[in-house]
Amino acid sequence: MSLLTTLARLEAVRAGRARPLATVRHRHLTDRPLVFVPLTTAGEAGAPLGALVGTDRDAPRLLVVPQPRDRDLRWTFLADLAEEVLPYIDAYADHVEPAERTETDPVTGKKAKVATELCLDAPQIVVPSPAGIEYVRLLGRSMRFRRTAEEDPDAPYPAPARVPLLGRWFTHLAERSRMPGSALLLSATGLLSRHWATGQSSLEDQHLGALLAWIAPDPKTGGTGAEQALRAELARDAQGLLLVPPAGPATDPAFDNKLLAPAMARFDAARAADPADPAARSAAEDAVRALVASQLRPTWDAVWRSLDLVRELPPGAHTEQRWTGDRWSYTGHRDRVRAGEPPQPRRDDAVTAARKLGRRETEQVRLDAQEALDDPLVMAARRFAGEAFAGEITEVVMEWTDSKRPSPRPLLAVATEDGPQFDGPAKVYRSLDGRAQTAEHVRTEEDGTVVLRLLDKMGRGREPEPGTVPEKGDQVCWTLFEHEPRSGPRLPEPEDTPWTHGGPPAAGPEATDPVTDEDML
Amino acid sequence: MPPRPLDARALAALAANPGCRRRALLDGAGVDKPALAAALGAPAGYGQSQFAMIRGNSFEAKVKADGGTELLRLVHEKLGRGAEPPRAAHLPDLAAAGPEGRAARTALALREATASGTWTLLDHPMLALEVAGTPAYLEPDAVVVHPDGRWTVVEIKSFPLIDGAADPAKVGAAARQAAVYVLALERVAAKLDGARVGHEALLVCPKDFSNVPAAAAVDIRKQRAVTRRQLDRLARVEDLAAALPDGTSFAPDRTRAQLTEAVEAVGAAYAPDCLAACELAFHCRDRARAAGAVGTLGRQVRGELGTLTTVEAALDAAAGGCPGGPAEDPTAEALHRAARLRAGALAAAGLPADRTEGPGCPS
Repeated sequence: MSLLTTLARLEAVRAGRARPLATVRHRHLTDRPLVFVPLTTAGEAGAPLGALVGTDRDAPRLLVVPQPRDRDLRWTFLADLAEEVLPYIDAYADHVEPAERTETDPVTGKKAKVATELCLDAPQIVVPSPAGIEYVRLLGRSMRFRRTAEEDPDAPYPAPARVPLLGRWFTHLAERSRMPGSALLLSATGLLSRHWATGQSSLEDQHLGALLAWIAPDPKTGGTGAEQALRAELARDAQGLLLVPPAGPATDPAFDNKLLAPAMARFDAARAADPADPAARSAAEDAVRALVASQLRPTWDAVWRSLDLVRELPPGAHTEQRWTGDRWSYTGHRDRVRAGEPPQPRRDDAVTAARKLGRRETEQVRLDAQEALDDPLVMAARRFAGEAFAGEITEVVMEWTDSKRPSPRPLLAVATEDGPQFDGPAKVYRSLDGRAQTAEHVRTEEDGTVVLRLLDKMGRGREPEPGTVPEKGDQVCWTLFEHEPRSGPRLPEPEDTPWTHGGPPAAGPEATDPVTDEDML
Repeated sequence: MPPRPLDARALAALAANPGCRRRALLDGAGVDKPALAAALGAPAGYGQSQFAMIRGNSFEAKVKADGGTELLRLVHEKLGRGAEPPRAAHLPDLAAAGPEGRAARTALALREATASGTWTLLDHPMLALEVAGTPAYLEPDAVVVHPDGRWTVVEIKSFPLIDGAADPAKVGAAARQAAVYVLALERVAAKLDGARVGHEALLVCPKDFSNVPAAAAVDIRKQRAVTRRQLDRLARVEDLAAALPDGTSFAPDRTRAQLTEAVEAVGAAYAPDCLAACELAFHCRDRARAAGAVGTLGRQVRGELGTLTTVEAALDAAAGGCPGGPAEDPTAEALHRAARLRAGALAAAGLPADRTEGPGCPS
């Protein structure tokens, strides 16, 4: 964390409400995101309790598992979830534009452009918190190996075809969310804390209700953001229940013990009643549904409010470019599904894992550079760290190369108060109409004036093209980091994984999770 | 009031924040911190869901079913490949009166098991460890004695091991807890010939989405070394108590003002991590916030700001400090520069500036 972020937090403490950490929005937001607020059962992995899901903030679909230990009810929940989410994901699959992709020929090793198609837009799913993203990953893992009745007629609990498909999409989205700057799967707390600093620790920022109170305190409630955040975090009613339920997926233990457990016990009793009483059973089920809904609805509204707040910021110039990367990611997975490829393996093979890590590192560098270029507040942190400097051009001296066809190599003197940390001969970059123009550092004068020699983007002629060389009096911001990072080393194809790294991955789809005793209630 | 015994979870958390004298004293003296926190008006939001409890208990019962056959099989598979596989488990009876009695019974059972050279499972043994001058009694889920005299701590947890991987934060907490047990076991082993405590603990978790046990060996040498150093550093409780004013009492039936004063008499080292580990954390957080301590924003922030320990001091430094004040330290200078850069960037974007207020200089 930069000292500038710390400073923003200190300011937030004094002001009693959040202070900006960004002047533009650094993540792409689509016009029609799908919000997904899941709740899970304490103590059991992958046992959903319920969810609100949908694209209409006034009409979410409520899905509840009235007895999470009952596998039949759990599978019904997942099938219903797939019914809600898959049409949303698929809606973007057929609107495409022609595009080109660079492919390496496996025989000659040459790179060639291949005509392909790219989806015009992509789905965007928003969950309340990073724990929600992890839950999407968990659900993806629990669903993608399920077998359908067609694949395996003898399988107990065959799944409808859409369930393993949703598992594959959830896995893909969760995996993509680890790519820095990606926006296919976002968390509300992640979005908010990227753009605002609160007067509490980042640990406490994980609480969506508290975070929102710091950023946009409710004028009707009264009190500062800090006071409202405290109330959102801790206030309980006479029964000992939290006034603002946690954003999940974990529930408040007091809610589990005081309300949910008795309601579930009543549901179990009504189900087991002999003779069967459908009215009593459905009343008991409705009671559980109402309880789960009461915990979900405040979080649902909070996620939409978070989106409103972030949407108010003007988009950063590079967000569109990063969204194109997300569209490629979506299109790529669409193609894999259509080609009938098996679900993602339980563990990546060595080459795939190394590739993913390498790409994430490159994307992190790219994201850092792009955010700085888009946002003076982010650039200020880089200037503070000595990785960039801004100042006025005090002198321009024209010089040329010594070759037969001389090219311009003007010298620029930049007066700056920033202290750029040059380490030996260094290159610096500035953004010229969206492209990076390079200069080399010649020397730093005693008064801090930096002398640079401009190297490129001045045209082919002897005289530089107009507008390509800054003039005396111009304010220019230079970076010591490149605007487009280089990608890492080339890796072999997965089939050529050397034996030192486990050899080529095993072919064929993976086995499904075995059915255990407790799958039969 | 009966004293509240220290458990391994509390000890591991204590070792994570060894600078907190308040915690050392209250835990060491066996004060009921949840009751104290409630009496102070800042109750801890803890509690466990009965769903988690039921599932955790049923999982532990399943792991130890059939006289521990499955558990010993896992120990043999993960940690005891050299020895012959366990056929029947030897399960000594560890029942005795009171924690001292149970600890003595456990020590005896460990001695016998080590001498006999057979696989032995100690279900919920009792171990004693002196912490900050007071004995703490600890109850691990299980300890297994190998035929070669090695002792292995077994931790049974209910978080899942999915495709061989579990939540690193939870594994870390389990490893720190196991380290405390290993330290206690080492005290017993030191008195026995041929006994040694394994530096790998066995973590047993539900596999994937099922209730089937899966195990993984966790190397806890690092956690053991850290915990040991921290526990040695803990101020002795008597020394802390001696520094208290006479008549200080933490009984929850006293008034809130009296209790606040009593708690304030011992210094705390609040950090946001405390919220997950100490019942008194919300009270300490309230006090730290009221005092404007920068530590409430995180340990890292406190480290960054060095000698500027309050929000006001840091913001004064950011605003440029007082003319004629003490020689500026590098942190204050850096903050001032950061503030100018931040103000410039906010202005460039047309956003309102932070509340600019001159430092509260004496006039």
